Amino acid sequence: MQTSVQLPTDPALQYLLRIGDTCLILGQRLGEWCGHAPILEEDIALTNMALDLIGQARGVLTLAGQRCAPVLDEDQLAFLRDERDYRNPTLAELPRSDFAFTVLRNAMLSTWLKLLWERLRDSRDAELAGIAGKALKEARYHQQHAADWVVRLGDGTEESRRRSEAALAMLWPYAAELFDDDAVDAAAEAGGMGPARSSLREPWLAEMAEILGEVHLPMPKESGFRSTGSRGVHSEHMGYILAEMQYLQRAYPGGAW
Amino acid sequence: MSDAKNEWPLWEVFVRTKAGLDHKHCGSLHAADPKMAVQMARDVYTRRQEGSSVWVVRSDQIVASDPGDKDMFFDPAEDKVYRHPTFYKLPDAVDHM
Repeated sequence: MQTSVQLPTDPALQYLLRIGDTCLILGQRLGEWCGHAPILEEDIALTNMALDLIGQARGVLTLAGQRCAPVLDEDQLAFLRDERDYRNPTLAELPRSDFAFTVLRNAMLSTWLKLLWERLRDSRDAELAGIAGKALKEARYHQQHAADWVVRLGDGTEESRRRSEAALAMLWPYAAELFDDDAVDAAAEAGGMGPARSSLREPWLAEMAEILGEVHLPMPKESGFRSTGSRGVHSEHMGYILAEMQYLQRAYPGGAW
Repeated sequence: MSDAKNEWPLWEVFVRTKAGLDHKHCGSLHAADPKMAVQMARDVYTRRQEGSSVWVVRSDQIVASDPGDKDMFFDPAEDKVYRHPTFYKLPDAVDHM
C-alpha cells in the first residue's frame, strides 16, 4: 500500500491545486459518462471533454508539484493525496446525477474556468500563462457545448424542463464557493500569479444569465450556504471518487501502462 | 432498435484536412439540429487532428444515383479512352505539369 504524500502550506501551491483539482475531479466525473451518455455522439463528446480536463490537470499539477520539496510529479499529486489535500470546489465532485445536471454543471464550471484561463494568460508565472493559453480554447468549446444543451433541455419537453429546473436548484448553492476569496486568493493577486476568485463573479453571473435567460430559467436567489471543497473540507461524495481514482496507484505503486 | 420516428435525423459529415484541399466524406452521425451536427462532427471525426473545417448535410437532402441504373449510367464510359487527355503531345517546357 502506497502512503500519502505530504504537502507544504504554500499559498501559491494551494492556488494551483484549486485549479488543477477542479479539472481533475470534473474530468473524472465526465469520464463516468463513458458508455452511458444518451447517444453515441454525445458519449464521445463528453469523454473528449473529460480528456481535455485531465490534460489541463496534468499541466497544472506538474507545475504545482515543482513547488513541493521534494518535487512531486503529476501522478503523485493526482493519486496519492489524502482527501483533505484536494482543493477542488465541492461543485466539481458532486455525483454526476442525470444528463440535465451534468450539462448544467459543465456550463457553470466551464464558464468559470474559461474566465479564469482568460485572466491567467497574463499570469506572472510564464508556465501557467502558457497552460492557460491552450486551455482557454478548450474551455470555450466546453462552454458552448454545455450551454447549447442547457438551452435545448430547458426549452425541450416537459420532462427535460423539470429536470433542468431540479438541476439548477440543486447546483446553484454550490456556485457561491467559486467566488469566495481567502488568503490564497489575496496572495495570488498580490504576487501577480492570477486573479482573486471574487473578481470572476460579475462576468460569470453575466454569462450564466445569458445562458439561463435564453430559456427563461430564473437564476436562484443567493443563499447563506457555503461549500468548502477548495479549503479541503469536502462533501461525503469525495471519498468515493478518490477511492476509485486512487485504487490502482495505492495497490500497485508506480503502476504504468 | 429504437423507433425510427424517435431518432434524430442523420447527417453526412465532410472533413477538410488542410486549407486548400477539398472536403472529403468521412461518415455520418445523428444530431437534432445543424449546430449540434457540426459540434458532433467535430467531436466524432476530428479527435485526432483530422480536420481544419467540417461540413454537415442532412442525409435525406442528398440525391443519389439509383444503383439499378449503374449499367446504364456508368458502363458506357468504359470504351471511350479518347476522353482521357492522354493523346496530346506536351511541349518539353510543360512536361512536368
